[in-house]
Amino acid sequence: MGEKRTALEGIEDVIDAIIKRHADKRGAAIPILQDIQKELGYIPKAALYKISQLPGMNASDLYGIVTFYSQFRLQPMGEVMIHVCHGTACHLAGAEEITCVICETAGITDGETSPDGKITVEKVACLGCCSLAPVITVNGETYGRLTPEKARELIKNIKKETEN
Amino acid sequence: MHNKKAVKVGLASCGIAAGANKVFDYLESHLPKEKAELKKTGCIGMCFKEPLVEINDEKGTFIYGSVDEKRAERIIREHLIQGNPIEEWIVYSNTFETEERDYLKKQHRILLKNSGKIDPEDIDSYLQVGGYEGLKRAVTAMSPDEVILEIEKAVLRGRGGAGFPTHLKWKFTREAKGKPKYVICNADEGDPGAFMDRSVLESDPHSVLEGMAIAAYAIGAEKGYIYVRAEYPLAIRRLKIAIEQARSQGFLGRDIFNKNFNFDIEIREGAGAFVCGEETALMASIEGQRGMPRFKPPFPAQKGLWGKPTCINNVETLAAAARILSQGAEVFSSCGTEKSKGTKIFALAGKIKRGGLIEIPMGTTIREIVFDIGGGISSQKAFKAVQTGGPSGGCIPAHMADLTVDYEALKEAGAIMGSGGLIVMDEDTCMVDVARFFLKFTTGESCGKCTFCRIGTYQMLHILDRICSGHGEPEDLELLEDLGEKIIKGSLCGLGQTAPNPVLTTIKYFREEYEAHIYEKRCPAGKCRDLVEYRIIPEKCIGCGLCSKICPVNAVEGVRKQPHTINVRKCIKCGSCAEACRFDAIEIASGLSEGR
Repeated sequence: MGEKRTALEGIEDVIDAIIKRHADKRGAAIPILQDIQKELGYIPKAALYKISQLPGMNASDLYGIVTFYSQFRLQPMGEVMIHVCHGTACHLAGAEEITCVICETAGITDGETSPDGKITVEKVACLGCCSLAPVITVNGETYGRLTPEKARELIKNIKKETEN
Repeated sequence: MHNKKAVKVGLASCGIAAGANKVFDYLESHLPKEKAELKKTGCIGMCFKEPLVEINDEKGTFIYGSVDEKRAERIIREHLIQGNPIEEWIVYSNTFETEERDYLKKQHRILLKNSGKIDPEDIDSYLQVGGYEGLKRAVTAMSPDEVILEIEKAVLRGRGGAGFPTHLKWKFTREAKGKPKYVICNADEGDPGAFMDRSVLESDPHSVLEGMAIAAYAIGAEKGYIYVRAEYPLAIRRLKIAIEQARSQGFLGRDIFNKNFNFDIEIREGAGAFVCGEETALMASIEGQRGMPRFKPPFPAQKGLWGKPTCINNVETLAAAARILSQGAEVFSSCGTEKSKGTKIFALAGKIKRGGLIEIPMGTTIREIVFDIGGGISSQKAFKAVQTGGPSGGCIPAHMADLTVDYEALKEAGAIMGSGGLIVMDEDTCMVDVARFFLKFTTGESCGKCTFCRIGTYQMLHILDRICSGHGEPEDLELLEDLGEKIIKGSLCGLGQTAPNPVLTTIKYFREEYEAHIYEKRCPAGKCRDLVEYRIIPEKCIGCGLCSKICPVNAVEGVRKQPHTINVRKCIKCGSCAEACRFDAIEIASGLSEGR
């Protein structure tokens, strides 16, 4: 996922295989897009054109789907993906402040990827670990019961690690 | 097995997030195999003490809380080898009283009876506790009509929130013309602060499959879909395992129980759209489109997925159907209130001492939930309100704590049962901010189809932003109520029809708090950022520098041994400095800055 792919070059086989896997499914557009994102980390626009050539699909509908559902990403994400939970329990426990600290320390705003492509910070609705609030996940690993200071230390360490 | 101790580690998402996998790995490599057998299980329910490890031996049942590798080491040595339970770490036992005992004792576990007991990745573990007996009874000994009658006798109502009688849904789908028919399990649990369905799927996935197969038999369907949030990877993984195992044992597939009954299940992952919890939007999403609700009627029972009759039930409802068929309707109908029978699972969270997954009989009071089960408020502050039903629900103030939890009573109070999120709030919570939080969520999740929902919620949010930043105007409350009523009337689906609830109930019960924001430009809870300012009192500050060290955004300035100051432009008002200061030198000023 490290290298950035902007064109279809080299990934055509990946997409073909995914389309084939879902050949016998009705309403397969979303599962196909999900698998492409799982494989590539995001959905290259070129992939939309490729899928649109299938019967019953067109590029504008696909673009509509990709932008409707929050899961889909049209830009590559950073090596380190930070999800900040903004569920109710986390909100009460200070998720806004935690987000501020994380963004400030990482030097980006929420929803962005750092210019070097290393860190992405995203708010998410609820991770469902309410008793550990406030919670963030870093590449899928959960960090709970955060305080602003703990969040700052965590991000500082991540920054240090990505620089090496 | 008899002399061996059984050691179970709770490995649902909450436990794993708290480090249960590390504990499991440690136990796996250090447990003396001849003394004890290590097993995986799902959610034990006491999220506040995760990771949890349960030991069953000749002396009884012991659940250890907050277990890490260090504790695991001592548990192995003293309990498993020497046979002496370490009482100070035990959160529940059937042999002696613990402080946390009421948490489990006050519950009534029908749906969660297997959670935290069985291994969710092993079908035999489910079969040992009577799994698939309900399906067997339905398919081999009952007609589809008798199955529907059994559900009717149990008085099962939809656990997704609206409370529609389940047997009617099944009956309508059964009677509808058209083939094939579909069963859909709605596992798109999108309410922030709700994790009941995730826990059931992670801890007892076969119950849901069994419930779906029973529904399929009752309505005459051969194909089922589980629409589950992509944000629940562990639930998806365990469902996949469960479906494979059920197929290989003949509970799914062709000629189930050698009867002429075929049924199979496909998983569809949601893609992150809250509105897809609405049934017509969910079906549009399965069909591969944008998840936008459509007008009803026709109801899904007549024209559902791909225009065919479809029965769509929530996870908990289907799990309940499995219990009702295996244990009989009385297991359910014997508890609850007159109109709301059975039990309901809640995700208890917020400012509560003992948060977690609880199952209570309908008709339990809010006071019993918060104080007896939840152990009261986690902070030193007073209990202020509970919020039920997430962004579709409402806030119930502390003085109404004797309200019972059932469909009717909650609706009358202006809240709803909802899917089961129950968030406890203390005096530090600003109700205007809470209303804004939920509305911000629904505004972002509105699919955009109905004008009132799309633009109305946006305008309401704009007004709330104004109030929270100290620029509210006297007519704002009336405007919010007026808009709220119109959005309820002018929206097609449940999202818009309920989106104003959090605002309307907080205005109803906490009007004075809105007024403090509007007229006095003051946030009584000290939460609204634009209305509070942290200041250092120079006379009290000795310049120890602790606050400047702890401030996560470097907003505290000054030299050592001299009074410090807070740079208001940098300050994010997290309150870390005030908490850290040992000299009470940091005060919180309330009101708009020009007014201070």
